[in-house]
Amino acid sequence: MVGASLAGLSAARSLRKQGYDGRLVVIGDELHRPYDRPPLSKEFLAGTLGEAELALEADGEDLGAQWLLGVRATGLDHATRTLRLADGREVRADGVVIATGAVARALPGSEGLAGVHTLRTLDDARALRDELARGGRLVVIGGGFIGAEVASTAYTLGLDVTVVEAAPTPLAGPLGETMGAVVSALHTDHGVRLECGVGVKGLSGEARVDSVLLEDGRGIPADIVVVGVGARPCVDWLEGSGIVLDNGVKCGADGRTNLAGVVAVGDCANWYDPRAGFHRRVEHWTGARERADAAVATLLAGGAVEPGVPRPPYFWSDQYGVKIQFAGHAAGADSVTIEAGAADDRDVLAVYRRAGNPVAVLGMNQPRLFTRWRKQLAATAS
Amino acid sequence: MIPACRLADLPRGEAHRLDVHPPVSVFHTDDGELFAIDDTCTHQDASLADGWLEGREVECPLHASKFDLKTGAVDAPPAKLPVRTHEVLVEDGMIYVQLSTDAPNLPPCIAAKLVGGVA
Repeated sequence: MVGASLAGLSAARSLRKQGYDGRLVVIGDELHRPYDRPPLSKEFLAGTLGEAELALEADGEDLGAQWLLGVRATGLDHATRTLRLADGREVRADGVVIATGAVARALPGSEGLAGVHTLRTLDDARALRDELARGGRLVVIGGGFIGAEVASTAYTLGLDVTVVEAAPTPLAGPLGETMGAVVSALHTDHGVRLECGVGVKGLSGEARVDSVLLEDGRGIPADIVVVGVGARPCVDWLEGSGIVLDNGVKCGADGRTNLAGVVAVGDCANWYDPRAGFHRRVEHWTGARERADAAVATLLAGGAVEPGVPRPPYFWSDQYGVKIQFAGHAAGADSVTIEAGAADDRDVLAVYRRAGNPVAVLGMNQPRLFTRWRKQLAATAS
Repeated sequence: MIPACRLADLPRGEAHRLDVHPPVSVFHTDDGELFAIDDTCTHQDASLADGWLEGREVECPLHASKFDLKTGAVDAPPAKLPVRTHEVLVEDGMIYVQLSTDAPNLPPCIAAKLVGGVA
């Protein structure tokens, strides 16, 4: 198991559940045992949830695994299925699960400037939490989900917050233009400034950042900057291994790669989507958990299982006290209709359709109705 | 024994929430079985009656933790603690629930409220 976060842990659990009782080695580049990342931008950052509560393993849970933590995998020799580690060790395996996740993209030129953060790991969150606790002016670069959640948390902590988004509408990619505008209006509802359609030219400051410079010539004073401009899959270490890389590890609909005895799952894996007819890399918590079962079944069966149709992707976000939930794919929808509530109240259920068929659903503070639609979406899609 | 609702009013695939403290929900599975468990997810404040009922499992509507309706055990994270299970009895078409006397595993925010602390 290369990767010791949700996808790696879920795969380890699936292996044991599916009857594998052999030796199991879990390799993780972070020193921490598996922890839950979604709270890092929310309750953990706000200081209302402690580190112990982030643990993904239950008390007394024992998967009978050997954990090699704090060490990065640097290579894979596929002929012998041997993993090379950064400290020189080698691990030979009969089967390999690649679950190395993704890493936050940085802003070029921001290296070494104090006060500039990305948010992906527990260590990132600790550092940002400590800075936010001191207050001041926060500029969030990127109006995506990580950026929006950090802005929301910082707002509740009393900081002066500005969100800068290069696209005309934040979240237009995952949610479409109409609902992207509704959800991102939560910022301005709360007095958080939102600058859209303007790119960031760079940062200014000597040892510490003092301003975010925009393409239109303006500068936004900043004590703290959070860069939330997406993530890229951690697959550099596989270059030259013979595995096919294409926006992550290229996988079939069941997690198989082009190498026998090697599967991939989670943010690093670009699975084939049989419904769409193309590959899609899904960076959601639920995907990392649910797909581990399928990838492990593939590994144990030597690729002899028929891949099932996975559920439509599902993710959630909490911003300004509003529970946002989304399932399916907004891209390709030709209509969005409000089925319950009202967009202006930020209490709404919206259904996306293509040629009359539901392809996605968005809920704001509508968990009950949302789940019904999500279930229906899965039923009609399979 | 607490009366929940009439069996005829709870179709298969549906859940009925009882207004007790902490709330309890009765689930009627697609196979026709009845189970009662604590309604509040042990991870965060969410009503499992609003969740995704599939087989003998319910998935939390928010963060997709799964609970075994028969045993209360966690089948999928992020929840780590089980929900309590309660005995269900049907008599003359009426569903009754015998509440467990075990201590519930409530999520941190709710547990704090119950003891009068700050959530």
